[in-house]
Amino acid sequence: MLSKKQARAFFLGGTLVTFLIFIGLTIYSFSKPQDQTNAENITEAVVRGKDLWEANNCMGCHTILGEGAYYAPELTKVMERRGEGYIKAVLMTPNAWNPNGRKMVAYGFSEQEAKDLIAFFEWIGEIDLNGFDRVVSPLAKDKD
Amino acid sequence: MKYKSQKVAYWFFALSMLLLVLQITYGFIMGFARLGYDGLHDFIPFNTARAVHTNLLVVWLLSGFMGAAYYIIPEEAQRELVSVKLAYVQLISLAVVGVTAIVGYHFNWWEGRKFLEIPRQLDYLVVVNVLLFLALILATLFKGKRKTTTALVLTMGLLFAALLYIPGMLPFDSQVTDSFFRWWVVHLWVEGVWELIMGGILAFLLIKLTGVDREVIEKWLYVIVGLTFLSGILGTGHHYYYIGVNKIWLIVGGIFSALEPLAFLAMALFAVNMYRKGEKKHPNKMALFWTLGSAIVSFVGAGLLGFAHTLPQTNIYTHGTLVTAMHGHLAFWGAYAMIVLAIISYALPNLTGRKFYDKPLGRFSFWASNIGMVGMTVAFGVAGVAQVYLERKFKMDFMEVQDEISIHFLVLVLCASLFASGIISYIIEFWKHGKPTDEALEVQLK
Repeated sequence: MLSKKQARAFFLGGTLVTFLIFIGLTIYSFSKPQDQTNAENITEAVVRGKDLWEANNCMGCHTILGEGAYYAPELTKVMERRGEGYIKAVLMTPNAWNPNGRKMVAYGFSEQEAKDLIAFFEWIGEIDLNGFDRVVSPLAKDKD
Repeated sequence: MKYKSQKVAYWFFALSMLLLVLQITYGFIMGFARLGYDGLHDFIPFNTARAVHTNLLVVWLLSGFMGAAYYIIPEEAQRELVSVKLAYVQLISLAVVGVTAIVGYHFNWWEGRKFLEIPRQLDYLVVVNVLLFLALILATLFKGKRKTTTALVLTMGLLFAALLYIPGMLPFDSQVTDSFFRWWVVHLWVEGVWELIMGGILAFLLIKLTGVDREVIEKWLYVIVGLTFLSGILGTGHHYYYIGVNKIWLIVGGIFSALEPLAFLAMALFAVNMYRKGEKKHPNKMALFWTLGSAIVSFVGAGLLGFAHTLPQTNIYTHGTLVTAMHGHLAFWGAYAMIVLAIISYALPNLTGRKFYDKPLGRFSFWASNIGMVGMTVAFGVAGVAQVYLERKFKMDFMEVQDEISIHFLVLVLCASLFASGIISYIIEFWKHGKPTDEALEVQLK
C-alpha cells in the first residue's frame, strides 16, 4: 500500500516534471518559426487599438479569438463580415447603437481611434487559429 | 474554536457573504438584460455588470479562503496568530481595494482583460495586501508547535496563488501573448493552486467531521493534489487550442485536460469514503452536507462538464459560446463556493458558541441553492448547445440566434431566484449565529 512519503514524492515529482514541460512548450510556442500571428504586422496603430479594446472592456460583451462574454457578436472576423465603413459608423456614432434591441454603449470614438481599432481588428483577422477561423465566422467565409 | 485569534476569520466570512449577495445582484442584472430588460444600461451596461459579477466572485472566494486560513492555521499550528491587529488591517485593506475596483468599473476604470479587470494601480495594492496576509500565515505556521500536511498544502496553495498573479501583470503588445499569459493566472488558479486550497480545507474538515486518522487523510490529500498538478498544469493547453498559438497544444492540452476530471473524481471518492470510514459522527450536519456536497458537485461541474467541452474536436465548436458559462457556473459553485460555505458552516458555531448544527432553514439553503444552480447550469447548457448549432452549423447571425435562445434565459432567471433564496437563507442562518465571542472558547472546552 502507498505510504505518505510515496504520495508526497508523487505530488512533488509530478508537479516538477509537468511544470518543466509546460515552460519548455511555452518557449517553443513563442519561438519565431512557430509564430502564427504575423507578429511583424503589429504596428503602433494595432497596439493603440488593443489599448482602446482593453480600456473600454469590449471583451465584457463581445468575444475575440473566442474569448469574452457572449453577449455581443464575435469580432475575430468582423472586418470580413462587416467591412470598414459599417464598423467605423458603429464606433464613431454619438447615439446609442441598438441592433436587434440589444444596446451597445455609444463610445463616440474619434476618427483616429476608430482607425486604430480597425487596424487591431485587421491584424486579429489574419491570425492562424488552427481551423477555428473557419468555424467562428461562417458568415464571413460565405462572403468569399 | 481553540484560539482567540481565530475570531478574525468571522469578519472575513462576513465580508464574503456581503460580496456574494452583490455578485448575485449583478448576475440578475445580466440575466434580465439578456431577456431584453436592460433599463439599467445607462448606469450599469452589460460589460460593467459582467466585470463586477466575476470579480466579486474572485474577491468573495479569496476572502473566504483567507478566513479559512485564519481559522485553520492557528488550530493546525497550535498557537495564536502572530498578530490579530495586522490581520484586521489586512481585512480592511482587502475590502477597500475590492470595493474601489468594483466602483471604478462603473466609471470605465478597468483593464478589459477577462477576469483580470482590476486596474494596474490597484494591482500593486492587491500584491501588498496578499503579501501581508501570507506573512501572517507563514509566521504563524513556522512559529507553531507543529507543521501538518493540511496546513502546508493550504499555505502552499495560497502562496502559489499569489505568485501566479504576477504573469497577469506583464504588459504585451500582442493580444495572443496577452491572452496566453492571462491564462497562466486564471487557469493555473482555478484548475491548479486553488484546488490545493480546496484540498487543504477539505482535509481539515474531514479530519474534524469524520474522526478518520490524520495520517490516512493527509496521504490521500497528497495523491489528490498530485493528480491536480499532473493534469492541470499541462491542461492549461485547452485554452490555447484556438487563440493563435502552435498546434502542439491541441495534443498536449487534449490529453492532459482529459485527465483533469480524475483529480476531482479522486476528491469525491476520498470525501465519501472518509465519511463512511469515520467512526465519529460530528453533530454539525450542515458542515457535513456542504463538505460532501462540495466534493461531489465539483466532480460534476468542474470534472464532467469541463470534460464535455475540453477535447479539441468539441471545443472548436463550443469555444466562445454559452457552453463555457454552463461549465463555469457549476464548477465554481461546487469546487470553491461550496467549500467556503462548508468551512463557514463548520467554523461559525465554534466561533460564536451557538450550536445551530441542523436547522430546517439551513437544510433549505443547501437544497435550494444546489437545485437552483443545477437548473441554471442546464439553462446555460441548452442555450449554449442551441447557439453552437444555429450559429456555427446553420450559419445564422449572432443576434438572430440570441433571439431564438432567449427563452432559456427566462429559465435561467427562475432557477437563479431559487438559488438566491437558498443563499439568502444561508445568510439568515449566518446572521442568527451572532458575533464571535471569547466565551465560545469555554463552550468548546466543555
